[in-house]
Amino acid sequence: MSGRDRVLGRIRRALGEPGAGGAGTGRAPVEAAAGEDGIPRDYLRVHGDRTPAESADLLAAHLREYRAKVHRTDEDGLAPLLARLLAARGARTVLVPPGLPPSWLDGAQAVRVEDRADSTPYALDAVDSVVTGCALAVAETGTIVLDGGPDQGRRRITLIPDHHICVVRVPGQLVDSVPQALERLDPTRPLTWISGPSATSDIELDRVEGVHGPRTLEVVLIDAPAQ
Amino acid sequence: MTATHLGMPAFPAAAREAVRDDVLRANLRRATHTIRDKRARAVTELADWDRLRAAGKAVKDHTLRHLDHYLLRLEAAVTAAGGTVHWAADATEANRIVTELVRATGEREVVKVKSMATQEIGLNEALEAAGIAAYETDLAELIVQLGHDRPSHILVPAIHRNRAEIRDVFRTEMGRWGRPAPDGLGDDPRELAEAARLHLREKFLRAKVAVSGANFMVAETGTMVVFESEGNGRMCLTLPETLISVVGIEKVVPTFRDLEIFLQTLPRSSTAERMNPYTTMWTGLGPSKGADGDGPAAFHLVLLDNGRTDTLADEVGRQALRCIRCSACLNVCPVYERAGGHAYGSVYPGPIGAILSPQLRGTGSGIDASLPYASTLCGACYEVCPVAIDIPEVLLHLRERVAQGGPVTREGIRVRIRPARGHTAERAAMRAARLLLERPGALRAGERLLSRARRLRPRRLPGPGSAWTDSRELPRPPREPFRDWWARERGGRA
Ligand code: SF4
Repeated sequence: MSGRDRVLGRIRRALGEPGAGGAGTGRAPVEAAAGEDGIPRDYLRVHGDRTPAESADLLAAHLREYRAKVHRTDEDGLAPLLARLLAARGARTVLVPPGLPPSWLDGAQAVRVEDRADSTPYALDAVDSVVTGCALAVAETGTIVLDGGPDQGRRRITLIPDHHICVVRVPGQLVDSVPQALERLDPTRPLTWISGPSATSDIELDRVEGVHGPRTLEVVLIDAPAQ
Repeated sequence: MTATHLGMPAFPAAAREAVRDDVLRANLRRATHTIRDKRARAVTELADWDRLRAAGKAVKDHTLRHLDHYLLRLEAAVTAAGGTVHWAADATEANRIVTELVRATGEREVVKVKSMATQEIGLNEALEAAGIAAYETDLAELIVQLGHDRPSHILVPAIHRNRAEIRDVFRTEMGRWGRPAPDGLGDDPRELAEAARLHLREKFLRAKVAVSGANFMVAETGTMVVFESEGNGRMCLTLPETLISVVGIEKVVPTFRDLEIFLQTLPRSSTAERMNPYTTMWTGLGPSKGADGDGPAAFHLVLLDNGRTDTLADEVGRQALRCIRCSACLNVCPVYERAGGHAYGSVYPGPIGAILSPQLRGTGSGIDASLPYASTLCGACYEVCPVAIDIPEVLLHLRERVAQGGPVTREGIRVRIRPARGHTAERAAMRAARLLLERPGALRAGERLLSRARRLRPRRLPGPGSAWTDSRELPRPPREPFRDWWARERGGRA
C-alpha cells in the first residue's frame, strides 16, 4: 500500500467516512461545514480608523521601530533622494529589476547592474545596493510586500545585496491591515513579506539586526496619487 | 518517531539534573521572562485578540475534521503549480523519500531551514548515514549543530547557551564545517552573528538543494508559508535548484484568506513582534513554472504523518494538532522554566511537548509515560495559546490513559493499552511532584500568580489511585495551585 493510501486510510478511520453526515456516525459533508458561518470571522478587518496621511505616518513609525530607515518625498524628489542615499552608502553598483522606471535613477552615480535569469548568486553578492518598488505595504504591522512584479524582480535580488531601498507609493500602495493586504495579493505569485531588516534574537535574546538578508533596509514613501 | 533520544531518562530524573544546573536555569529564566513580558504587550495591542484566537481554533478544528479532503485539495493545487507531492506514513518513509530525492540530484550536501518536523524524524542523521551533509542555517540551530547539542526551545533552540559558550563553540567547531570563525572572535552577539553570516554565506551561494518545513500550507491554492527572522529561510527557499519541504499533515489550512488570522497571531505570540522580519509564500514553481529563474526549478512536498493520524483518532487529544508552534506555552510554564527543554526528551519541549510527544510516540517508554505528569496544571499554557489548546485537559486525559490503560490508536490500528505496570505512573507522578516541591517558595509564588487567571476545569482527578472518579464527573474543583492540592490530597501518603 502506498504511503498516500495508508495516511488517507488512517485519517478516515480516525474521523469516520466523509460525507456520511446524518445522525450518529460520520462527518457532515465538508461543503456544509466550510461555509463562511463555519468559522467565526468577527475579528476586526482593521484596527482603528485613520486618514490616509495617518496610515502613512503609522507605517513609517512601525518601520522605524524595527530599525528600517524611512524617507518621505514626492514624485519630483524621488530621483535626487535615491541618488543621495546611494552616494551616502558609498554604493558603486546598484542592482535594478527589469521594470524599474529608469527615471528613478537619473542622477545616481552608482553603475546600474541589470538582473538577468543567468545572474549567479555570486554575481549578485558582488553588488552593493538594490532599488525596487513593492506590491503593497501594511501600516499596522510595518510591512512591505514584494510579489515579483517588474519593478521588484526576482526574490534573490532583494536578498543577497546588503542594502535594499524600497519605494512605496502612498496612499495607492498602502493598506492598513493584514486582512486588507491578503485581499489584494495574488497567491500564485511568489510573495515576500518584509518587516524591517534581517534580525536575530538567538543569542541571549539580544536583538541583532542583519544576519543573512540585507542589513540595511531603507523605505522611501512617495506621496503620489493612487495608481 | 525515531528521534527518541536514546537512553533518555524519564522526565523527573532528567529534570532534576537540569534543576541543579544553575547556568542553565539562569539563562532560561531570563529568556522566558523577557519574551513573556514582551509578548503580553504585543497581544494587548490587538483589541480583537480573543476573536482571532477563537477563529484560529475554529479554522484548525474544521480542517482537522476534514483533513483528508483538504490534503487532497492541497495535493491537487501543488501538483497543478508544478510541484510534486509525496506521502510518508512514518519517519523511516519520510527519510527514505528525502534521501532518494537528494541522491537523484547528485548532490552530497543540503542547506536546511529550521524545521521541527525534520528534527522529529531525525532527517539529518538519516542523510548523514547516506553520505549527505545537512547544514542547519538558522543561527540557533547552527549553534546547536556545531555544539553537538540538542535544541531546548521551539523558537530559540539554543536558549540554554550563553554568549561565552556560543563563542567557544564557534571558535572550535566552525573550521571543521567550512569557513572558520574570525581570529579573536569575541562574545558580543553582533560579532557572533557576523561570524555566522560569513560562515553560512558560502554555503548559501553554492547550495543546489535545500530542505525546509513550513508553518502553513493552503489547500485552495497550494501555497506554502514560512515565517522567519534572519533571511536564512529566504536563502534556502529561493537560491537552490531543488527545494524539498517536509511538513506535518496538520499544517494545512483551507483558504489563502485564513492566513489573515495566523499572520496576526503567530508573530505576536511567538517573538512578540507585530510581524516577523521575513515571511515567504510560494506556490509550486510560480506562474512561470520555474522558467523565470525566480526560485527553485523543482519543488517536492513530503506530507508527514508519523503519529499525527493516531493523535487525530483521540477525540480529546487531537486538539494538540492545532498547535502552530509559537512557543508561548513554554515561556509561561513554571515547570519548563525549572526543568529546561532537554528534560522533555523530544524536539517538542514544554507544555505542548508534554501532550504531543506521548501521542505521537505512544506512552510505551519511561519518558513518554511520565510526560503527562510534567505539569502543575496551573493553566497558564492554555491562557496564552493562540489556538486555545486546553493543554491541562489533554494532560489529565493522558494521565488517565497511562494510569488506567484504555483504547488508543497506534500506527493506524486501534489497540487497548494496559495500565502502567508496577505503578510506573505512580512513581513518575511522585518524582515529578517532589521535583517541583524542591524549591517551594519560588514555585508557589509563580504558580499563585498564574492560577489567578486560569480557567482550568479538570473533569477527573489527575494521577493514579483516583479510580473512583471514573464513575462520576468531578464537581468543579477549587481554584488552587497544584502544590496546595497535592499537599491536601496526597501529602500524608507521599
Ligand atoms: S500549544 Fe499553543 S502556545 Fe504552545 S506552542 Fe502550540 S500554539 Fe503555541
